[in-house]
Order: sequence, then structure tokens, then C-alpha cells
Amino acid sequence: MSPQWIAVIGTSSLAFALKYIGHSVPESWLAHPRIQRINALIPIVLLTALVTVNAVTTKTKIIFDHRIAGLAVAITALVLKLPFPVIVIGAAVGSAIAYHFGY
Amino acid sequence: MSVKRDSFSLSFAVGAYGTAFGAASVTAHFSVLQTCLLSLLTFSGASQFAVIGVLGAGGSALSGIATATLLGTRNALYGLRMAPILKVRGVKRVIAAQVTIDESTAIATAQNSNEDQKIGFWHTGFGVFIFWNLFTLLGALGAKAIGNPSAWGLDAAVPAAFIGLVWPRLVDTKTRLIAGAAIVLSLALVPFTPSGIPIITTAALAIIVGWRA
Repeated sequence: MSPQWIAVIGTSSLAFALKYIGHSVPESWLAHPRIQRINALIPIVLLTALVTVNAVTTKTKIIFDHRIAGLAVAITALVLKLPFPVIVIGAAVGSAIAYHFGY
Repeated sequence: MSVKRDSFSLSFAVGAYGTAFGAASVTAHFSVLQTCLLSLLTFSGASQFAVIGVLGAGGSALSGIATATLLGTRNALYGLRMAPILKVRGVKRVIAAQVTIDESTAIATAQNSNEDQKIGFWHTGFGVFIFWNLFTLLGALGAKAIGNPSAWGLDAAVPAAFIGLVWPRLVDTKTRLIAGAAIVLSLALVPFTPSGIPIITTAALAIIVGWRA
């Protein structure tokens, strides 16, 4: 089985298990303040690392290329409080322009 | 009724992001079928972007699954909040669990009466599910037709989607510092570890900081 298929099946099964557990376990199991705090921080660190790795690395090298232009547009759009689709499309346009200029 | 109108407009707006996921997933070498299955079965935006982001960057299936699953833990806490509001069992609970996401929980918990909470949860849950899957297919087919993803900037759309998801969470100095630490740690690990490891390792930062308050 390809890594993609393993990823699809594994991610989907565990995603559902987490959702179902929430609906089924006694509240006291998950209501601990420590679990709540860690749970609030998890998306911040993982999403930030995903931005970093997808923007400036290729395999095991740190590479600054056309994607930086896209990221700059995305950050500008976020500062201007523009909606999510504008952020993503703006980043794609910025990156595509830089790519065609040879970066 | 305003709760139904709110549910619909949120569902459409959020569902439209599915286009970005569909395109990004195909760019990350997932097939159109695999892309659509992720939206149907995983049905949690951040987790879906994470798994394709890790594998697209060359990471293993295991590190992709682990990263996506850690991002999905918040859905368990949403379920915890929704269970006493919905009071459902059996097949209905299975369906409720599947549509327990950021948006359905947010709309439901913003309502005052139990009746409106239920209406908000089910309408938003099903609404996002329908639009998210529809737009995923459109994005995947679109990216498939395009060819070279870099020429169309699709390789920058993935980090842009992630930064769009994390930005609203960076609300104070503490969250910005921990995000900065995640950047430094992931970059420091990139040259020395297999792809995917630098991302999942940053979870340790959340555990260390969250443990001590």
C-alpha cells in the first residue's frame, strides 16, 4: 500500500475515533485544566511548524524561493484582515509571479 | 430563522476553502480519490492540510498521521461540550461525531436555547460537510488539469492556508513566543531529521509549556 493510502486510512480512522470519544467519555476524563491548556497550544506549534517547513524547506534543506513571495502576500492579507480565500489565492498569485521571474 | 441563515452562510464560506484543500492535496501527490476520501472521512480541515503537508514535504505516513491526529484532539473536547446538548445515541451519535468540528460547535454554543443549539449544530455540521466535499472535488480536479503546481503558485497556497489557520490564535505574547519557538525548533531539525519529524517534534513545546501553565 502506498504511503498516501496508509495516511488516508490512518488519519481518517483516528480523526473519527477522537470525535467519537469526545461524545462518549465522562466529562471529567478530558476536563482537566492541564489537558485543556496543552490542547489549546498544540494547534499553534504544529500549524506554525507546518507553515515553516512547507514555505522554506525542500526535503532536508532550507531553501528560500518563490514561495517566500507567496507567504509575504499571505501575511500582508492577514494584517489587512482579508478573508481566508483572498489569503490563499493572493499567496498563490504572488508565488506564481516570483516563479515566472525565475525565483 | 437567523440560526439557520448563520449556519448556511458559514457553511458556504468555510466549504469554499475546500477548493484550496483539494488543489493542495493533488499538488502533494495525493490522487483525486484519496483527496475526496480525506474530506469525506477525516472531515477536519487542519488535520487534512497537515497530513498532505507532511507527506507533500517528503515525510512518512506515520509522521503525517501523528501530526494530523494531534491537530484533531480538539474535536474530542468539542464532542465533550456537544454531548449534553445533543443527547443522541447509536447511529445518530456516530453521525453527530463525524460532523463535530470547529464551526458546528462554534455556532451551537453561541445559541441561547437548547432548540437553537441543536439546529445550529446539525445545520452547520451538514452544511459544511456538503460544501467542503463539493469544493474539495472541484479543487482537486482543477489542480489535476493545471499541470506544474509551482507555475500556478499552488506550492505557496499550502503554507498560506496554514498561516491563515494559525494567525487568529496568536492572540498574546505567550502564543507568539511559542510560535516563534516552533519556527526555530522545526528549522533546526530540518537538516538532521527525516521530513515530518521537525513538525511533530514541536508538539513537545506545547506539552512542556501547557504542563507548567
